[in-house]
Amino acid sequence: MSIIKVENLIKKFGDFTAVNNISFSVEKGEIFAFLGPNGAGKSTTIKILTTLLSPTSGKLLLDENDTQKNPNDVRHSFGIVFQDPSLDDELTAYENMDFHGVLYGIPKKLRRERIEHLLNFVELWDRRKSYVKEFSGGMKRRLEIARGLLHHPKILFLDEPTLGLDPQTRNHMWEYLRNLNKTENITVFFTTHYMEEAERIADRIAIIDHGVIVALGTAEELKKQTETNSLEEAFLKLTGKNIRADEASTIDVLRNGRKMWARK
Amino acid sequence: MQTIYILWLRQLKRYFRSKSRIVGSLAQPLLFLLALGFGFGPVFAKAGEGNYLQFLVPGIIGMSIIFTSIFSGMEIIWDRQFGFLKETLVAPVPRFNIMIGRTLGGATVATMQGTIVLFLSMIAGFRPVNWFLVPMAILVMLLSALLFTALGTAIASKLDDMQGFQLIINFLVMPLFFLSGAIFPLSGAGALGVVARFDPLSYAIDALRSILSNINNFGLGTDIIVLSSVTLIFLVVGSYFFSKVQI
Repeated sequence: MSIIKVENLIKKFGDFTAVNNISFSVEKGEIFAFLGPNGAGKSTTIKILTTLLSPTSGKLLLDENDTQKNPNDVRHSFGIVFQDPSLDDELTAYENMDFHGVLYGIPKKLRRERIEHLLNFVELWDRRKSYVKEFSGGMKRRLEIARGLLHHPKILFLDEPTLGLDPQTRNHMWEYLRNLNKTENITVFFTTHYMEEAERIADRIAIIDHGVIVALGTAEELKKQTETNSLEEAFLKLTGKNIRADEASTIDVLRNGRKMWARK
Repeated sequence: MQTIYILWLRQLKRYFRSKSRIVGSLAQPLLFLLALGFGFGPVFAKAGEGNYLQFLVPGIIGMSIIFTSIFSGMEIIWDRQFGFLKETLVAPVPRFNIMIGRTLGGATVATMQGTIVLFLSMIAGFRPVNWFLVPMAILVMLLSALLFTALGTAIASKLDDMQGFQLIINFLVMPLFFLSGAIFPLSGAGALGVVARFDPLSYAIDALRSILSNINNFGLGTDIIVLSSVTLIFLVVGSYFFSKVQI
């Protein structure tokens, strides 16, 4: 059974086509990697899947709910760890979790139990009363993962979750996610620039470039298809060696400070 | 309901946790109060207008409310820059509730700030004409704070980053303040008096002035009707713009 179904998705920003008519599906319980060079359309696709952006055209179903027609049901069904932090620095770790729990309508008692369990799991229970602004990048990432799981989502989206994490934290995180995938049958959808990570962890891999899916299959299939020995080589063969222009993140825009009115 | 409450609570927690912000946003109104109040006091009395402090304090309360509320509304820009807005936007909560929770929180913060200014001005010698009407003054503060927080939210929903902030201060907040009759009487101000009729802050300050100092220009009833209708309009516009925010 497909838990994520994308049909003929197109997203345009003005003249620029960020996502150009892609279709794919992810099975329930699968670990699915979504790879591509910078600016290929990964984050845009994730934003559309998670209802943050609306598509120009196309149909998206998450757990059989249409992202356009029933956004609220869709929102209940997934958890997300964003590429850049999305925690409130002025709140404590516990308050961030609690805030999330209330937004997702988890009853108080259950909320407390789950927060304790999850914070223990990511080894932040002792720091629950510390402000998030005192946390390191790795701690914030762990807290975000715990938060993303608080409402027991069926799908977990991770947008470059291991960026800037040390190997210890990275391993620990994947071990946990894999375990969760096995025991709870959570579907994991992630993007990464670490090819060996995708090769080791993902059941299936999609490679997107210039808004088009150029290959989809298991790591073995991709290697066979491109006649290469590693996923990294396969990736380079499929997407070329040119370095891509990346769009500035919001923080870059803040630093450069060139534009005042919202982009259309 | 609970989601609105938690968003309201978050605004309050953020307010109480940044002591520098509380002190910082009190400094400006107090400076105005002392410099203008004692500086112009004698001239005002000579002109036969009575006690300037009694006249000025409601204006200064209005000033601290408009600044704090618009800033609170515009905090959405910070949340956008630092990512937290995404967390609220992917949650299964109607955008309207998010906007209302934030706006109520921001308005509560601004009302507290206005109340602090009221009590501090009493140290400087201000006396409300009727102590029992002070709670009513606080209600008017809350209504005005709602109005300007909703305005801040509407603007922030359309802005991409903090660059526009200075522009908003100089071309919106400052004119709204100076043209509102906060520091001078509107009666006899000629063209300025006409302009002030289009400034919602004029009505907020006029209402506070009639309640606290028994000085009145438009009439308390008119003030409340104008404030309520403008608040309603800004809430609708604000939640419409906020519902269109994309990241």
